[in-house]
Amino acid sequence: MAIDLMNERGVPLERQEFDWEELVQPPYSKLDDDAFTRVRVILMNGIESEASRFSHACARMNRDLQLPLARVRRLEQHQQTLVNWLNPADQSPLETTIGFEQVAIELTASVALLEPDPYLAQVYRFGLLEDFDHLYRYSALLDRVEGKDANTLTQGYTDIVPGRPTVVEHRAPVDDLRRAYDRRHAEPLTKLLACTLMGAEHQTHDYYMTVGPQFSDPLARQLYAEIASIEEQHVTQYESIIDPDETWLEKWLLHEATEAYNYYSCLESESNERVKRIWQRFLDYELGHLHFVADLMKEHERRDPAELLPSAMPEPIRFESHREFVQETLRNEVDLRAVGTEFVDVKKVPRDNPSNRYRERMNRNGSPTDRVAAGYVWTPGTELAANGRHRNGRARGGRSTAEARS
Amino acid sequence: MKMPGGSNRTGAALAPHHIDAMLEAGREFPPNSRGDESEIARVRVRYAKGGEPIGTMPPPPGVKELAKTAAKAVLGKQPLLFLDKLGERLAFERSGVRLYQALVSKREAYGGFSGGPSRTDLEHLLAEEREHFHMLAAVVEQLGGDPTAVTPSADVHATLSKGIVAVLTDPRTSLVQSLEGILLAELADNECWTALVALAREAGDDDLTTKFEDAEGTEREHLTRVRTWIAAAQSRTAAGGVPFPQAIASEMRSRSQRSSADGSRASGRRTARARAGGRGRGKRKTRRVR
Repeated sequence: MAIDLMNERGVPLERQEFDWEELVQPPYSKLDDDAFTRVRVILMNGIESEASRFSHACARMNRDLQLPLARVRRLEQHQQTLVNWLNPADQSPLETTIGFEQVAIELTASVALLEPDPYLAQVYRFGLLEDFDHLYRYSALLDRVEGKDANTLTQGYTDIVPGRPTVVEHRAPVDDLRRAYDRRHAEPLTKLLACTLMGAEHQTHDYYMTVGPQFSDPLARQLYAEIASIEEQHVTQYESIIDPDETWLEKWLLHEATEAYNYYSCLESESNERVKRIWQRFLDYELGHLHFVADLMKEHERRDPAELLPSAMPEPIRFESHREFVQETLRNEVDLRAVGTEFVDVKKVPRDNPSNRYRERMNRNGSPTDRVAAGYVWTPGTELAANGRHRNGRARGGRSTAEARS
Repeated sequence: MKMPGGSNRTGAALAPHHIDAMLEAGREFPPNSRGDESEIARVRVRYAKGGEPIGTMPPPPGVKELAKTAAKAVLGKQPLLFLDKLGERLAFERSGVRLYQALVSKREAYGGFSGGPSRTDLEHLLAEEREHFHMLAAVVEQLGGDPTAVTPSADVHATLSKGIVAVLTDPRTSLVQSLEGILLAELADNECWTALVALAREAGDDDLTTKFEDAEGTEREHLTRVRTWIAAAQSRTAAGGVPFPQAIASEMRSRSQRSSADGSRASGRRTARARAGGRGRGKRKTRRVR
């Protein structure tokens, strides 16, 4: 059912309350829940962490907004805690990383398909192929260092093959900036999607920066260092597509609308009933935040917030396999490179492009992402199982292809 | 042993059409860097050769004063190794107390099972871990070491056993799953006490050797009991082929000859229950084994 954003007022701030036990609920099951439950939890933690990041920056620049920001921020910090604590303890940092990359792939694919602006859709497809490659590299790490199969987490929804090789993703900052949407003319959905991707990628970067040093294997430490560097580039890319001339209150309103839109998208697709109730509760909370900020906008800027928001909640983000779309993008666009704000075929990149020099410097002793996945082909049950099947003359662990289909 | 559930989604066999598509994608989009996993080994070796140790031993306080004392003799030919291993056991026993506390909570939450541990059983083992910790702290101090320091070996063993703590404190793991965690800890503990006894014997200190042999014997009993409980949970005989009720009874007999009055009373109650095939003494009744 469509939600009318200006008429659905959600739960008012004063009725949004928690206690410590509510914040720490039983986690989802790594073994039994659908992979997209993990995807949604990881995404919503990213969305809430972006809300916190924005709120603090805004408070540092706007004396009059400090108290209302603090009120909403406290609630959202607790929302983020509840959501992030749904991750189970038996899910290792590397396994959670696999989840982060599945988010980056399936979310970005859905966003690219929803985005009405062709240039921005291209930006999303460009980023998609890079995160797609990260899943492959981390899967090789999981297999080759811990002896585990990443597909036990991604559950067949997402291919584990090379994308645009990470080794060529390293760019000079000038090639990471994109053209921003125009705040006056862009569709409201465009703004919500851009804010979504920015939040998700920023949290991915921060997560890799936190867990990278927790690994003992030197190549694992290198791998996180290399991919975290790309995630920083992605944050730069996605924040540059957002019009920097939006007012602080405009940005705050759009952040709240983004949170509501994402909880709504999660609610529409969640298969875990307990987690679904959390999405419903927080959608209602976010609608409360949205109207709180809308009132502030009327008071401080004498503007009608309805002009900035979609009249009804847009079509939700789809949490499902985008295999065909991703493969098609891979076939058609893997050789694209960024030159300034534009995308060109690798053959048309000027020889003196600053990214070439930067890349040569960073990769002069080789690339961890290349090393970790040297010759790596994902196989059900890990590449060791593939070797065993080869020795035993079996087509597939325990079952032939025909048996599996039957 | 009945396993709960039936909705595990991790296996490839659940979605064969997805797997076929993934394998097909693997053929269309092959690896773009040549080689194999030996690349990882090369990086490991390069870092290890250029690296630093995980840490070093602290200088024992008063080491100069101790230079000509009996302590030096006790520490033997490898004083740093001995102090390192003492520090390792001390830390492990101290953590062992916390592990058994977590196990007591598990017993309370999940209840007992036929042939499994009672709360008193677990508290008894917990008390013995605590005694070992205090005994080792005194020994390290006597030898001029610092019982509060983390030695390199203590650090390595703490890293090794991180998973045991994670399993025992996770509310979702059952008593039996937690016992498997304790089994790992007790196996390591047994091996390490044997090494400590040998080090003390080589140093020629009879008093220390006796203390460590006693601790080794106690830990061996812990291992037997944990193995027996796990076997009971799986409705099989314990390691060594002794059916579990007899194993418990036999262990109790040997234990009652050695242990304190408190320990004997606890054993007596348990033996009677074991003979009767009875239930544990938890707040909750015996429930399905998970």
